[in-house]
Amino acid sequence: MKRSITRLLMAPSVILLLAWMIIPLSMTIYFSTIEFSLYNPDQNGFVGWENFEFFITDPAFMPAVANTLILLLSVLFITVVFGVMLSALIDKPFYGQGIVRVLLISPFFIMPTVNALIWKNMMMNPVYGIFAWISTSFGLEPIDWLSNHPLMSIIMMVSWQWLPFAILVFVTALQSQDTEQKEAAQMDGATGLHIFRYLTIPHLARPIAVVVMIETIFLLAVFAEILVSTNGGPGYDSTNLTYLIYNQALLQFDVGTASAGGLLAVVLANIVAFFLIRAVGKNLTV
Amino acid sequence: MTLNQQRKFKTFLTGLFAWSVALVLFFPIFWMFITSFKTELQAISVPPALFFEPTLENYVEVQERSDYVKHALNSVITSFGSTILALIIAIPAAYSMAFFPGKRTKDILLWMLSTKMLPAVGVLMPIYLLSRDYGLLDTRAALVIIFTLMNLPIIVWMLFSYFKDLPKEILEAARMDGATPWDEIVKVVLPLSLGAISSTALLSIVLCWNEAFWSLNLTPSDAAPLTAMIASYSSPEGLFWAKLSAASTLACAPIVIFGWFCQKQLVQGLTFGAVK
Amino acid sequence: MSYLTITELQKHYDNYHALRGINLSITEGEFLVFVGPSGCGKSTLLRTIAGLESSTGGTIELDGRDITELASSKRDLAMVFQSYALYPHMTVADNLSFALRLAKVPDAEIKEKVRSVSASLQLDPLLDRKPKELSGGQRQRVAIGRAIVRQPKVFLFDEPLSNLDAALRVQMRLELARLHKKLGTTMIYVTHDQIEAMTLADRVVILNAGQIEQVGTPLELYRQPNSRFVAEFIGTPKMNLIPANKAALQDNNLAIDLLGNQIDFPANRLKESLSASTIVGIRPEHMTLVEQDGDIQGRIELVEHLGSEAYAHIQLGNDQTIIVKAPARSELKDGQDVSINIDVQEIILFNENDRVISVIPEEA
Repeated sequence: MKRSITRLLMAPSVILLLAWMIIPLSMTIYFSTIEFSLYNPDQNGFVGWENFEFFITDPAFMPAVANTLILLLSVLFITVVFGVMLSALIDKPFYGQGIVRVLLISPFFIMPTVNALIWKNMMMNPVYGIFAWISTSFGLEPIDWLSNHPLMSIIMMVSWQWLPFAILVFVTALQSQDTEQKEAAQMDGATGLHIFRYLTIPHLARPIAVVVMIETIFLLAVFAEILVSTNGGPGYDSTNLTYLIYNQALLQFDVGTASAGGLLAVVLANIVAFFLIRAVGKNLTV
Repeated sequence: MTLNQQRKFKTFLTGLFAWSVALVLFFPIFWMFITSFKTELQAISVPPALFFEPTLENYVEVQERSDYVKHALNSVITSFGSTILALIIAIPAAYSMAFFPGKRTKDILLWMLSTKMLPAVGVLMPIYLLSRDYGLLDTRAALVIIFTLMNLPIIVWMLFSYFKDLPKEILEAARMDGATPWDEIVKVVLPLSLGAISSTALLSIVLCWNEAFWSLNLTPSDAAPLTAMIASYSSPEGLFWAKLSAASTLACAPIVIFGWFCQKQLVQGLTFGAVK
Repeated sequence: MSYLTITELQKHYDNYHALRGINLSITEGEFLVFVGPSGCGKSTLLRTIAGLESSTGGTIELDGRDITELASSKRDLAMVFQSYALYPHMTVADNLSFALRLAKVPDAEIKEKVRSVSASLQLDPLLDRKPKELSGGQRQRVAIGRAIVRQPKVFLFDEPLSNLDAALRVQMRLELARLHKKLGTTMIYVTHDQIEAMTLADRVVILNAGQIEQVGTPLELYRQPNSRFVAEFIGTPKMNLIPANKAALQDNNLAIDLLGNQIDFPANRLKESLSASTIVGIRPEHMTLVEQDGDIQGRIELVEHLGSEAYAHIQLGNDQTIIVKAPARSELKDGQDVSINIDVQEIILFNENDRVISVIPEEA
């Protein structure tokens, strides 16, 4: 087929995505350099770096960056490590495999707002929650998760959502592992641990890359869980960049500062993406 | 123990372990479901009530209080609408990239995926203001447009991975049989990738259904899909856990059941065919 | 008269020159086989004729019409693929009729054509099945049927038998030969298997590194290879190639010094002068094992008994091993010293460029 026809078929996708990227981003860049508050929409003079300064010197800024990264890395760590271990343990035939699969994947389909509400209320409530009941049954003082360990609570909620996804990806990948290879290793005197270390882990390299990459896309943008459960608090203890900017923009109506923050979020995402694409980009395009 | 008994014991242990993990992870959902049939008092009883007389009262009240049907309809329209739109845009692109790859094809694909790395919050203000200026704030149209663009890269990539694995010789055979490019897409490629296209569509629907950033920020009331409706139950005053659970169950049930039927394809799809 | 004419055909990929000026003329009804080692360009040549690859130079003419720039769908050719490439979502009947339906042939006519093809290929009981419910041999027949139904000007086969097991391959080979006799249509067939080439072809085209090495009937290629490449490629076991130390014209005979043994080669004139690096080619069946006083001496390394015949691998003085055909029941032992007679009439000489040295044979 002619080159021009193939281009024509690709054009709508490429043009739309280009527009989706360039138009709002250039507007964000423009807004970030002017004074622009929705309370006072007529006053919008050029202010240079002032919005950035204002956003960066906000006492919430450093905690927000730190929280964003802690959230990302903790959830990645939990889902990948536990995902690999659990999937290796259950990657054998057993009774009711189909049902277990279905149960396992379910949290992945729960919408983030519902996820946060279930955990905030029925699991983590210090008086009536399941966790409180378990603690008191063992004669321990119940923990007020959301007030005392807000970021950890968010990490738990998000991990709960993504761990099943990781397990399922890894189990599916393990099923394609060469059994003859494992048998050969057994004949060579390898123990289960050896097989896990030298055959299973390398075999999972590509699926791990895929899981890390997909999760990163979604984890940098965690928002609804925070909005619904902690509102970023107490203080800024569970505020991430996304929530902070939302706060500036739609609660304080400060478009200029929110845009500056948005750009910083883009920069942060790009730094993460840079390392990520270098690490897994090759794995994805085979 | 003989070797055979050892094997059986191992299988039993594996099963026990797998079931425990699955039940622990599934417990919150099970609990939400159970709670939705309790009275508000039973819902907060300590120790938690396992045996009780189920009631449907909560479901009735949820519909009365927050007009479930309206929000569910919003969810259905936005997720199905944007999925269909995205498929129409993505299929030709994926076809052309998979079967007539050029030197830049890989780069274009990576670039498309990289637009997913652009955090939504970075463009929140422009999108918010554009929607406001064009009267799209709190409309389903705004969500359809945004969801379409949001999922387009993933859909193109997934279809590309499927198309790429179709045996090229079949298309060549069709060409030798006198098929035009149009015949080729309609009579050979599409029928062959029906499974792939539907699982891509399913994934897109799941992602749209559960999308919470844009729906919370752009469609607070009239056009609010279920994600945004549920958020209104987060107010700390009063413990309406039973009603909350009923509302949550209603919001999640369609997509969870949907997901159960196609979980295998979904995992394959979401990993761009990296995991077979 | 030439039916399909290929002139100076070129195919360049980004940094690879796949076809380097192919010239070929094929007469109507001919069974032509392209053969050569992998990467020689035989499949590329077939696919270029089919229009699945575009050429970067030269022309292809079919039945008086230039088809070089024509889309595959308009060339009136049918192709059978190595993987069969059946449409998995269609039944056998739909697979057979797909091309006719695309061409908007009337339904009654489609029915009649499908019926006659399916009867001739014994596909009747399979018509309602999907390809995945068929065995390899059945798929193969459907693929052939799909090509026949269209009554194309030329059939193209791209290694159609290589996915079948050995027994089925022999059977399908016979069926194809019968089919060609019955239909009388021009067929072009690509294979890497020289036995398929020898048994099926009216003429064989041997390709090497994007060029035609030699074209001829199977026997011509076997008896009169014009290069060392062709000589080695055709024939199993391979032709033995022994470097000659010296070769000189004495009286009317060519005396070749082969490992210290002088062999008289009956030729009265050579078409070119000999150099020091002449290679002597001789096929296994043109040598015989004798008790003693043979032309050359050696020691048996290994004997392969094939039942109807045996092949002795014999180590010569200088670490070179040759293969000699022996009678089936010969009681040869490994390590036994043997003497070998060479049928000098059958010797073929190659020069240092691996081309054959033409000789004018002694008059009988």
